[in-house]
Amino acid sequence: MSEDYTPKSAFGKWFDKRLPLLTLFAGHVLAYPTPKNLNYWWTFGGILTFCLITQIITGLVLAMHYVADANLAFASVEHIMRDVNYGWLLRYLHANGASMFFIAVYLHMARSLFYGSYKEPRELIWIIGVFIFLLMIATAFMGYVLPWGQMSFWGATVITNLFSAIPFFGEAITNWLWGDYSVGSALLTRFFTLHYLMPFLIFGLVILHIWALHVPGNNNPEGIDVIKGSQDTVPFHPHYVIKDVFALVVFIIIFAGFVFFSPNILGHSDNYIQANPLQTPEHIVPEWYFLPFYAILRAIPDKLGGVIMMVSAIAILAFIPWLDTSKVRSSKYRPLYRQFYWLLIADFILLGYLGSQAATGIYLIIGRLATAYYFLHFILIMPLIGFIEKPKPLPKSISEPVLSKEEQKAKVEKAARA
Amino acid sequence: MNKFSNILSFLVLQLFLTTAFASEIHEPMRPDWSFQGPLGKFKRADLQRGYQVYTEVCASCHSMDLLSYRNLTEAGGPEFSKDQAKAMAAMFEVEDGPNADAEMFMRRAILSDRFVSPWKNEQEGRISNGGAYPPDLSVIVKARAGGADYIYSLLLGYQESPKDLIIEDGVYYNIYAKNQRIAMPQVIYEDGVEYTDGTAATEVQMANDVTTFLAWAAEPKLEERKRIGFKVILYLIILSFLLYFTNKKIWKDTSH
Repeated sequence: MSEDYTPKSAFGKWFDKRLPLLTLFAGHVLAYPTPKNLNYWWTFGGILTFCLITQIITGLVLAMHYVADANLAFASVEHIMRDVNYGWLLRYLHANGASMFFIAVYLHMARSLFYGSYKEPRELIWIIGVFIFLLMIATAFMGYVLPWGQMSFWGATVITNLFSAIPFFGEAITNWLWGDYSVGSALLTRFFTLHYLMPFLIFGLVILHIWALHVPGNNNPEGIDVIKGSQDTVPFHPHYVIKDVFALVVFIIIFAGFVFFSPNILGHSDNYIQANPLQTPEHIVPEWYFLPFYAILRAIPDKLGGVIMMVSAIAILAFIPWLDTSKVRSSKYRPLYRQFYWLLIADFILLGYLGSQAATGIYLIIGRLATAYYFLHFILIMPLIGFIEKPKPLPKSISEPVLSKEEQKAKVEKAARA
Repeated sequence: MNKFSNILSFLVLQLFLTTAFASEIHEPMRPDWSFQGPLGKFKRADLQRGYQVYTEVCASCHSMDLLSYRNLTEAGGPEFSKDQAKAMAAMFEVEDGPNADAEMFMRRAILSDRFVSPWKNEQEGRISNGGAYPPDLSVIVKARAGGADYIYSLLLGYQESPKDLIIEDGVYYNIYAKNQRIAMPQVIYEDGVEYTDGTAATEVQMANDVTTFLAWAAEPKLEERKRIGFKVILYLIILSFLLYFTNKKIWKDTSH
């Protein structure tokens, strides 16, 4: 796409010949041919990259002041809030940044699901994405433990105890994870270490994710292939650089609204109480972004079964490229599947709501139904609809449906004259 | 089924669940706090009186380990003068040492000292209060659902208990507490303090002042945060307009 690129300056030529970074940049950031019909749902990739970098930078500075010790952690976070210059800003950016990261990743995944971005030839992009999502979950969970409030401690206790459900070795594995016979300083220190490591693993996967993306190029709302060298694509710069930055700034306005005006609204008040192993909170609830999976965990009456279902709920995503039997990518042209897509979204939101409530009575029953439906969507509805659905006719090319009305009229008139 | 009927049925379900399970819970009162809203600020006089209520009423049982006397002089807080805060600190004694003779000794507290705790340790706090440790108040406003509204309501929520309700020994009836029972007795009474600025010490006034003080203690950078936030958002909104029009111009000649 940019073999013809040569740096202008003499130094640029010298450098690029030895390490073609400039050629890489020119090919993958400036000239990269991008379908011209991408809508704003396609801006979340850039937004997510911003989220990751923000978390890494704020986290780096926070780590300079944080103390990973069960007796000191809570006070060290308050030290950051009170005595470190702009420490309150760093911490609120980091804590709310995690929530914004998950808002963006859920929307990014919902977009892929709707427009079939996981389908051939983009299966690997999607699967790498599922692994990124898994690492994000692990990172966010360990990060939430670090302030060592009541929810940190009891969340860590509940989740690490899940490993005790493993037959035969469960207890040994749990003690090994804890580095102790209970949740305490040993666990806190290793969580801190891993919480610091994982963002860099995510960063590595993000590079693979983008690399894999740049082989076939972007999917698009029509879900059809671009015609190479046609009017279907525009260079990434400036068209999508500016569009992504605009979307990013709108996203940051919402982010800033949380950070500056309601920084604790997404957290739980119990986490401002220092961890107390002798006092269990009334309800142990995870952060909002884990609630749907938490609801699935609790829907199963058996501990091991619950763990398996919760892990499966994420693992099943990796198989979607083959569970979806339809050849049509975009749900725009799939009238039947589209209905079930929205039903799945509603089901997922319902699971999130149920995860925040005590798992008793009617909530538990609905939770079980919603869990069953979640899996049913992927293992039954998705493969079946591919066979029975009659998709709408696809446009011949991207340029065809995106011509304005006047242009279409002109084209028809021209054809009529000819 | 379409997405709207999904949303509708979800809302109906939620309405059903909330009405079916709502027991007798007293929602906290919602006074008009000066520090709420995007431009909210603490009232200095309220904070200063609130510190007086804390030291004269609350501090006999509740510590505030995360605060230092120097915080009382900082911008966005009660903003006592340095001399005033020094004098306030000097009313307390702290253990220091060891000195050259290897002895621990008592001295007057200075600005850099943390608020002096009423208890030597948690155990002393427990045995003095029938087993219930009075919680540290440093971040109490952030550590309770309902925040300042809840703390304020709780302070004023003591009433004569209904005749058919048996209140166990060592707990007190309070309409805003969980199960209407709390281990803390009523502490806010009219004229419980004599305000140095001459304000009439009604129960409502004292509850307002001490709650404001505790809200500041939990979030001492609130004013700075909102001030910066206002500028940040204004800047970003202007920037987003510029980007919007730049974006429009760049895409002008591309049909999409």
